[in-house]
Amino acid sequence: MYQLISLISAWAIPVMITFIPLYAFTRKVPVYESFVEGAKDGFGTAIAIIPHLVGMLVAISVFRASGALDYLMGFIAPALQGLGVPAEVLPLGLLRPLTGTGSLAYTTDLIRVHGPDSLIGMIASTIQGSTDTTLYVLTVYFGAVGIRNGRYALKVGLFSDVVGFVAAIAVCLLVFG
Amino acid sequence: MINGIWLSMIVIGFLFAAVNGRMDEFTAAVFDGAKSGVTVSFGLISVLVFWLGIMRIAEDAGLLKKIAKVLGPVVSFLFPDVPKGHPAIGYILSNMSANLLGLGNAATPMGIKAMQELQTLNPDKETATPAMCTLLALNTASITLIPATLIAIRLNYGSADPAGIVGTTLAATAVATLAAIAADRLFRRLSLLRKPPKPPAASRTVEASRGGKPLNSSSLKG
Repeated sequence: MYQLISLISAWAIPVMITFIPLYAFTRKVPVYESFVEGAKDGFGTAIAIIPHLVGMLVAISVFRASGALDYLMGFIAPALQGLGVPAEVLPLGLLRPLTGTGSLAYTTDLIRVHGPDSLIGMIASTIQGSTDTTLYVLTVYFGAVGIRNGRYALKVGLFSDVVGFVAAIAVCLLVFG
Repeated sequence: MINGIWLSMIVIGFLFAAVNGRMDEFTAAVFDGAKSGVTVSFGLISVLVFWLGIMRIAEDAGLLKKIAKVLGPVVSFLFPDVPKGHPAIGYILSNMSANLLGLGNAATPMGIKAMQELQTLNPDKETATPAMCTLLALNTASITLIPATLIAIRLNYGSADPAGIVGTTLAATAVATLAAIAADRLFRRLSLLRKPPKPPAASRTVEASRGGKPLNSSSLKG
């Protein structure tokens, strides 16, 4: 199953990039001109994201560098440890929604120290792989179209992060524990 | 909420920096963060330019509409306010399939394009529509079949079974996605109860050239 999925994954982009223009050509679309016309928007969209991303990443970076994040992580870890969850993975619950590179670095470090096939390594990999960085996704997607009032989107994103975090730990304890 | 989170991260950061004597680190972090904001955005330029080009070809060829028509019913219950056959559905489906296959650098441009299409249906350009919130919920939970990066890292550190996390990741991500959809539904209901939808000023914002059917007020129901 995994082999099949990764085969599809490897083929998906080359197939799309070949098939889409080919199909369009048979429909008499001027493919190259069409490509250039659409591609023009890419630059402006990326530039429009800059202020949003700079603002958000500065706040997160300051929050981490000041030691506030470490303090908070040290505060939460013992509270959940009683449930048989390895304390090492708990900071990921805070880190994951905030920063993709930060949590990836933390996960990589856990894998390096405890080994990829240890329970900690398995849980950390599962947490890292199962959700995306909510603040980043929110900033980029809403930033790109100029939405200022995201309404309840952030709450929903953070809620699903919590659920995903708990589910990742529970499933790993069940399967590997 | 975003204002509160942003401000408190900075203020709490300042207080901790003051107590821990980390003012230099605070300042360095400000410019590091700003720099990585620009670096990440610039990194997006190449994928955005490329994928938006490819997707324009697909749109011009009528491929997105076709996808929206064939697979639209699969997602239309998630996006009840998007007219059937609207190109936004085609982009949303592309975004979801790219996420599923773990093609992160294709998923983001398609998601952004989907947002832009949803924005054409939005009567208030600065406030997110329920459909936008749903799209965001799906992307923050980001259901994934193959966590490619993690498998590569595990292989790198000599795992006996690098793909051993595929099953657990799939289970966790499915639960997270279901939770996101459920929460999104709930909030959508609540927000409709709190603020009844504004009558039909919305209908004029639908681009006629895209062939979208005009929105009527009933389509705002969750």
